[in-house]
Amino acid sequence: MKRKFLAAPYVVWMLLFTLVPLFIVIYFAFTDSITGAFTLNNLVSITDYATIFLRSIWLSVAATLICLIIGYPVAYTIAQCKPKTQRILHMLIMLPMCMSFLLRTLAWVALLEDTGIINNIITSLGITPLPLIRNSGAVILGMVYNYLPYMILPLYTSISKQNPRLIEAAEDLGCNKVNVFRKVILPLSLPGITSGITMVFVPAVSTFYISQKLGSPGTILVGDVIESQFKGAYNPNLGAAMSLILMILIFICIGITNHFTKNTDEEVMMS
Amino acid sequence: MKKLLSIILALAMMIIPVFAFSGSTYAADTVTLNVYNWGQYISDGTDGYIDVIAEFEAAYPNIKVNYMTFDSNETMYTKLQTDPYAYDVIVPSDYMIQKLISEDRLEELNFDNIPNYEYLDDSFKNMAYDPENKYSVPYTWGYVGIIYNSKYVNEEDTGSWDLLWNPTYAGKILMFDNPRDAFAAGELLLGYGLNTEDEEELSAVTEKLKEQKNLVQAYVMDQIFDKMEREEAWIAPYYAGDYLLMVEENEDLSFYAPEEGFNLFVDALCIPKGARNKEAAELFINFLCSPEICGPNLEYLGYSTPFSAAKEYMDEEMNENEIAYPSEELLSKGQAFNALSVEGSQLMNELWLSVKTSDNVLGRYIIFTCAALVLVIILWAVLAIRKKRRISKRCGGYEK
Repeated sequence: MKRKFLAAPYVVWMLLFTLVPLFIVIYFAFTDSITGAFTLNNLVSITDYATIFLRSIWLSVAATLICLIIGYPVAYTIAQCKPKTQRILHMLIMLPMCMSFLLRTLAWVALLEDTGIINNIITSLGITPLPLIRNSGAVILGMVYNYLPYMILPLYTSISKQNPRLIEAAEDLGCNKVNVFRKVILPLSLPGITSGITMVFVPAVSTFYISQKLGSPGTILVGDVIESQFKGAYNPNLGAAMSLILMILIFICIGITNHFTKNTDEEVMMS
Repeated sequence: MKKLLSIILALAMMIIPVFAFSGSTYAADTVTLNVYNWGQYISDGTDGYIDVIAEFEAAYPNIKVNYMTFDSNETMYTKLQTDPYAYDVIVPSDYMIQKLISEDRLEELNFDNIPNYEYLDDSFKNMAYDPENKYSVPYTWGYVGIIYNSKYVNEEDTGSWDLLWNPTYAGKILMFDNPRDAFAAGELLLGYGLNTEDEEELSAVTEKLKEQKNLVQAYVMDQIFDKMEREEAWIAPYYAGDYLLMVEENEDLSFYAPEEGFNLFVDALCIPKGARNKEAAELFINFLCSPEICGPNLEYLGYSTPFSAAKEYMDEEMNENEIAYPSEELLSKGQAFNALSVEGSQLMNELWLSVKTSDNVLGRYIIFTCAALVLVIILWAVLAIRKKRRISKRCGGYEK
């Protein structure tokens, strides 16, 4: 009973600042921007933006997979180090997060631009400048760079929490290194992978700043369109409808990941 | 011991804000004046030019200016809608003033507090957007043209709006990031009026802008300064006054007023309805209108002044600058914006959004997505079959 009481401030916070705004979003999504009457037009007109929704999802899926591929070995290596080194490395991973997200993205712009630092070096060597910025690759790069720590940290936590005796047991029972990883370490780190994927995918799919700075007019994402509806065009109803659809799509994507990780989880328990 | 220390610290933390609060109430008679202006639109003391806000605060020590900026009339309008009482002085352009007046969002000015209004040139009185001179005092005027980098752009290609559609410079062209100015470029190129609400004409312009999209590096406003000065982009339509600021940073930049015509605009000082410090706002407006301030301020900005008396306080060079003060002949090609009807501006917003979100790669994405879904289903099936087999194997092993 006591413990439930302790959660009360958070419950109030959730109600006031998450649930109530959510209902406002739903209300706006189903009303007309001028008359305020009930309408489905906002949701219907979203089909015009199918490409943008699909692009947002694809670019963030790519960014999430790259984060996972880069992040897993890093997390694994950190978890193998001595506790003192672990603390230092953990802090180094956190370090970029201490700096403003906008500043980090702008720094990439300065690096990648046609007249940026990298291309300046390249041209001074007599090579033609490379098209580094304003393409999907640059947007994915921006997402990976900004969200990589959110992948590494949960992975590191789940790997470092593993009981070393399980690995010893597997080795005693004749598993080679590859099989120890495949049958013990990887399955046990699945919760970390799931939360890592969620923590990278969700902010990446709804991002709006990265694509504006590193992308071209042709790589506009859902976040950009939603932002423009609230900032310049003042059609919050369409913006709300888009946020709603985006939220549903995110839930579907997370559902798919959870389904697969849970599946294999059970398998481990059985084998 | 530790506990005691933490209690003391906690108490200290509770007390400090109380003191801080009493400190602020002590200085209650200072007024904070919220000024909401365009980016890069006041002389701020750089390069030895006048620092207008500091001068104002020195002249009126009990007024503190809280200066904020916007990058388009539309952004300013949206902010005004969401937070109507946040600003005391705003600087909208002509068509936006007309719209704000028709929606009853502006305060009538008390001209007893703005004696410097007498310096205003007669040609800027009784303007179409504020026919009775009740709501606004002109701040600057100017016109839109095309800025290009003469190092990369062939002189023969210049002269018309079609430079913005020239495929030779693909990826090096910038475009306005607001519907009104962007549509104006298309309307002038196609020979339509700047205030057209004709659906067919607007959709023709939309097609034209969609065609341009592949050549555009970015849709930007204030970032044009940085991108043009560093030669990241070579061509951009923008306001003549801002060109004069940019050319000081990069000498290769040139400017022309397109032959098809251009938008001629006035930006004026207004007070939004319900402003909290109306009197201080009027003092500020009056201060900006005094020739001794207006002259040096606009000399830095490069925009043209509606107060001829202010020219005395300007550099000769600026006075005779053909870009800041073009000939009557050139000015006759200019057209002013009028406020569009509610439906007209909504249509334009929708068309503008369709330009910015237009795409020709939907097919590719649908194929990718279908392929991914098929893969997911196959993976799911394989896993399910494997699981079943494993269970049946194990059950077989136990021989129940």
